[in-house]
Amino acid sequence: MRQIDPEFLELPLRQLADAALQRARDLGAGHADFRLERVRAETLSLYDTRLEGAMDADDLGYAVRVVKNGTWGFAAGIHLTPEAAAEVAAQAVRVAEVSAPINREPIELAPEPVHADVTWVSSYDVDPFSVPSADKVTLLADWSAGLLKGADHVSARLLQVKEQKFYADTAGTVTTQQRVRVHPTLNAMKAADGGFDDMSTIAPPVGRGYEYLTGTGWDWQAELAQLPELLAEKLAAPSVEAGDHDLVIHPSNLWLTIHESIGHATELDRALGYEAAYAGTSFATFDQLGELVYGSPVMNVTGDRTVEHGLATIGFDDEGVRGQSFDIVRDGVLTGYQLDRRMALMKGFGRSNGCAFADSPGHMPIQRMANVSLAAAPGGPSTEELISRVERGLYIVGDKSWSIDMQRHNFQFTGQRAYRIAHGRLAGQVRDFAYQATTTDFWQSMEAVGGPQTYVLGGAFNCGKGQPGQVAPVSHGCPSGLFRDVRILNTVQEGGK
Amino acid sequence: MSERGLTGGAEASPQEMVERALELSTADGCVVLADEGSTANLRFAGNTLTTNGVARSSQLTVISIVGEGVGVVSRASVRPGGLAGVVAAADRAAREAQPAEDARPLVEGVPASPSWGERVTPTDIGVFEGFAPALGDAFAAAEAGGRKLYGFAEHSRTTTFLGTSAGLRLRHDQPTGRLELNAKSADLKRSAWTGVATRDFADVDVAALDSSLAQRLDWAKNRVDLPAGRYETLLPPSAMADLMIYLFWSSGARDALDGRSVFSRPGGGTRVGEQLGDLPVTLSGDPSAPGIECAPFVIAHASGRETSVFDNGLPLTPTDWVRDGRLEALLQTRYSAGLSGLPVTPSIDNLIMRGPGDGRTLEEMIASTERGLLLTCLWYIREVDPQTLLLTGLTRDGVYLVEHGEVVGEVNNFRFNESPVDLLGRLTEVGAAGQTLPREWNDYWTRAVMPPVRVPDFNMSTVSQAS
Repeated sequence: MRQIDPEFLELPLRQLADAALQRARDLGAGHADFRLERVRAETLSLYDTRLEGAMDADDLGYAVRVVKNGTWGFAAGIHLTPEAAAEVAAQAVRVAEVSAPINREPIELAPEPVHADVTWVSSYDVDPFSVPSADKVTLLADWSAGLLKGADHVSARLLQVKEQKFYADTAGTVTTQQRVRVHPTLNAMKAADGGFDDMSTIAPPVGRGYEYLTGTGWDWQAELAQLPELLAEKLAAPSVEAGDHDLVIHPSNLWLTIHESIGHATELDRALGYEAAYAGTSFATFDQLGELVYGSPVMNVTGDRTVEHGLATIGFDDEGVRGQSFDIVRDGVLTGYQLDRRMALMKGFGRSNGCAFADSPGHMPIQRMANVSLAAAPGGPSTEELISRVERGLYIVGDKSWSIDMQRHNFQFTGQRAYRIAHGRLAGQVRDFAYQATTTDFWQSMEAVGGPQTYVLGGAFNCGKGQPGQVAPVSHGCPSGLFRDVRILNTVQEGGK
Repeated sequence: MSERGLTGGAEASPQEMVERALELSTADGCVVLADEGSTANLRFAGNTLTTNGVARSSQLTVISIVGEGVGVVSRASVRPGGLAGVVAAADRAAREAQPAEDARPLVEGVPASPSWGERVTPTDIGVFEGFAPALGDAFAAAEAGGRKLYGFAEHSRTTTFLGTSAGLRLRHDQPTGRLELNAKSADLKRSAWTGVATRDFADVDVAALDSSLAQRLDWAKNRVDLPAGRYETLLPPSAMADLMIYLFWSSGARDALDGRSVFSRPGGGTRVGEQLGDLPVTLSGDPSAPGIECAPFVIAHASGRETSVFDNGLPLTPTDWVRDGRLEALLQTRYSAGLSGLPVTPSIDNLIMRGPGDGRTLEEMIASTERGLLLTCLWYIREVDPQTLLLTGLTRDGVYLVEHGEVVGEVNNFRFNESPVDLLGRLTEVGAAGQTLPREWNDYWTRAVMPPVRVPDFNMSTVSQAS
C-alpha cells in the first residue's frame, strides 16, 4: 500500500486539532470536529497539439465545526499555528451563537464507533504529481497529433487531483487519508456541409494514478485510433427520426442517467427538503421508503464508498464514519438513502452510511453522493445480445448534454454517438438525438441489464451541490441496459429549424 | 515544509508578498496575483437554519515567463519563508514549457491603483447582524402564514493584488452578496422564488421579499394544467439573465474563428457585424456600472480559450457585445484579436441588457398580455447543440397563466429547448431593465441588469411533474 506523503504528515496536524478541539470544549461545544486538508490540482489543456493552458494549484487550510446548544457553527482558517486554530474554533462557536435565534431543529449526530488514529490511502501506482508536466504534455500532444489527421481541431485536457485530509473529533476519532484521481479527455471536431460536430473520448475519470495514461485500466490507443472514423461517420449520418424508440444504452452514457435520476434522487437531504431552494428535492420522498417501485425487477442499485478506483471511495467520510456499501434499490423497489450522521439519527437509521463530504477546507461537509451503481445480471447478456432484441431503436454511447428537473422527474440526455438499430442489428449512426423521459417510467421500462462483461465504472469530477457550491467526484458503475419505448427528440426540430 | 514555509517566517502583507515574489523570480518576466478572500454565509430550510460558516482564503499565483514559455504555480496560505520555493517552481515550469501561443509582451503603462497600499478588510458573520434578525422575523411570519422559507445568504469579499515585472501594481476589491429566498406552501405543493444581489446586505428588505412570495403562492392556489407546446411567454429579468449569460460564455472569438460555435460564419470567420434580431437590443459590460461594479482590468490566473495570462492588467472599458441587435464583439484576448483582426475585447464580470427606450415594467407587460405564460426563473440549463446554441432546461418555482391582463393561476412546469441567439431574433417586447440575480448561474455570476422580455412562441418541449 502507498504511504501518505511525508510533506503532509510534517504539518502540525495534531497540535492544531488539539488546540481547536480543546478551545471548542472550553467554550461549551457539545461536539467539535477539526479537518485539515490539502487539495492539489493540476490542469493541462492542449489545442491542436499546442499547450493552451497549464495550472498547478492547491488549496490548504482547516475547518472547525461545532455543535453548541444544538446549533451548528462552522469556521475555516489558513494560519497553521495552534493559536490560530484555537481562534478559528472560537469563531465557529460565535457563528453558532449568532445563528441560534434562527435555528429551530436541534442538531444531534448518530453515533459512530471511534476510529482512533487510522490511515487510508487510495489504490494507485504512480502519483500523477511525480510525473514531470513536460512528459504529460508530450503524451497529450502525441495523442492529439494522431487525432488531428482526421479532424479540423483537437483539444486535450488532463485533470489531476491529490486530496489529503486529516480529521479529528471530540469523540476521539482521528483519520489521515490520501487519494488521487485523474481525468484525461480528448475531443476531435470537424466541419462539414456548413455545420460541424465533434466527438470526445469515453474513457471515464478514475481513482487511479498516472498509470491510467500508460496502459492500466484503459486502452487509449484503441479508442483514439477509432475516433476519427467515428466522427466522420457521425458527420455523414442522417438526422434521427423523432418518436418512441427502444434504447440500448452503453455504460459510458448510462452512468450519467444513473447519477442524475438515482444518485441525486436518493440523497436524503434532498428528500427531506434541505436542498429545496437550490439543487432541489426528490420525488423519492421518505414516506415511500420500502414501497416506491423505482424501476423494473432487474434494477438493483447500491451506494458504495469502498469500490477500488471509485471517485467517491474513501476510508472515512468527513464526519469520521467508515466507508460502507449499502442498498438503494433492490428488485426495483426503493430500499435506502445516502446519509450523514445528523439525518441518520433523525430518521432512525441508527448509523450513518458515510456520505458526508466537503470539497475544500473552507466548506462545511454536507451529504454527498456515494458511488451509486447499477448491478449487472450474473450470467447476463452481452451488449450485442441486448441489441439483437430490438426491432427498431437506438444504441447510445458516451455522455454529452444532460438536464433534469428539481425533483428528479423529467430528464433529457444526449450522447457522443447513437446508432440506429434495425431488426436486431446496428445500421449506422444518426445525428441530432436526445432522449427524454420521466425517471420512474424510464427505469420501469428497463427490460434487461447486461452481464458483468458489459460493466464499466463511469463518473465525473464535478458533481455540484450545496450552497456555498461544492463539487464532488463520484463514480457510477453499470452494465449496458435495454429500455423500451423511450421518447427520442430530434434536436434540430426542437430548435425550430 | 520546504516549499512554502507554512509554519514559519514572519507575517507579510499580500502587497509585500507580491513585491518579494517579483524580486525572487529569475524568469524573463513575472506576474504575481495575490487573492485574499473572506466569506460568511447562512443557509436555511423549512423556516430554520441548516448550515452556516465563515472562511478565509489566501492564494498566491506566480506566473513566470521565459522566452515564450509560461509556468503557473498557485498555492494557498503561502508564508514568507516559503515564497522562494513557489517562485522557483514557477520559474522552473516556465523554462520547461513549450512556447505559449498567446505569448505577448506584458501590459505596461497602467497607473498604480491608489488603494494599492491599504490593508485588506475582510467580511465576517457580522455582515448579517441586521439581516439575521430580519430573517428570523420572516421565519415567524412565514410560520404564521402557513409558508416555509428556504434559501441562502452569502457575502464574500475578494481583494486581488496584481504586480508584474513590467511595473504594474493594481488592486481590486470585489464585494459580492446574494440572497435566494424560496417560499413553499405547508404541503410543499406550491413554490415561489426570488433573489437579490447586494454588495453589503444593507439594502436587503427580507419582509418585502417574503411578502412578494406570499402573493405568488396565492396566485398558485388556482392550478391550471397545460400541455407542452409553444406559448407566448414573459421571461422575467432573472430568466433572461441566465440565458444571456450562457450566450456570453459561448461568445469566445477563438471558437468562432475555428468554426465551432454559433458565432462562426459558415465558410470561415465570425458573425461579428451580423444582425441577430430586429429589436434594437444592446448587451454590454461596464466595469463601472452602478451597483454591479467589477474589476476594471484583466485578472487571468491561467490561459485558456478566452483568457491569456499575458493580458493581466489590461484596462477594461465599457463594451457592447450586441448593439441595436447587431453582433458587435466577441470575447477576445490580445492573441485572438490578432487572429481575428477585431478589437481586443476581454471578458467583463457583469452583463447589462437593454431594449429601446425605457420599456414597460413587468407588471405593465402582464397587464397588456391577452394570454400567455409568466415565468419565475429557469433551472438546469445545459447546451444541447453548439451549432445553434440550443439550450435545454426547466421552468422552476412558478409558471403563471396570464389571461386578459391578469394572472389567473399557476401552470405546471415545463422543459424547454431554446437558443438564446435565436430568441434575440424573436423578441417582440423588451421591458425596463433592472438589477437581478440569475437563478441558475449565481454561484458564478451575480452582477446583471436585465429586462423582462416577451417571446411569442417559447418552446416548452415537455411537461415536468416537478412542483
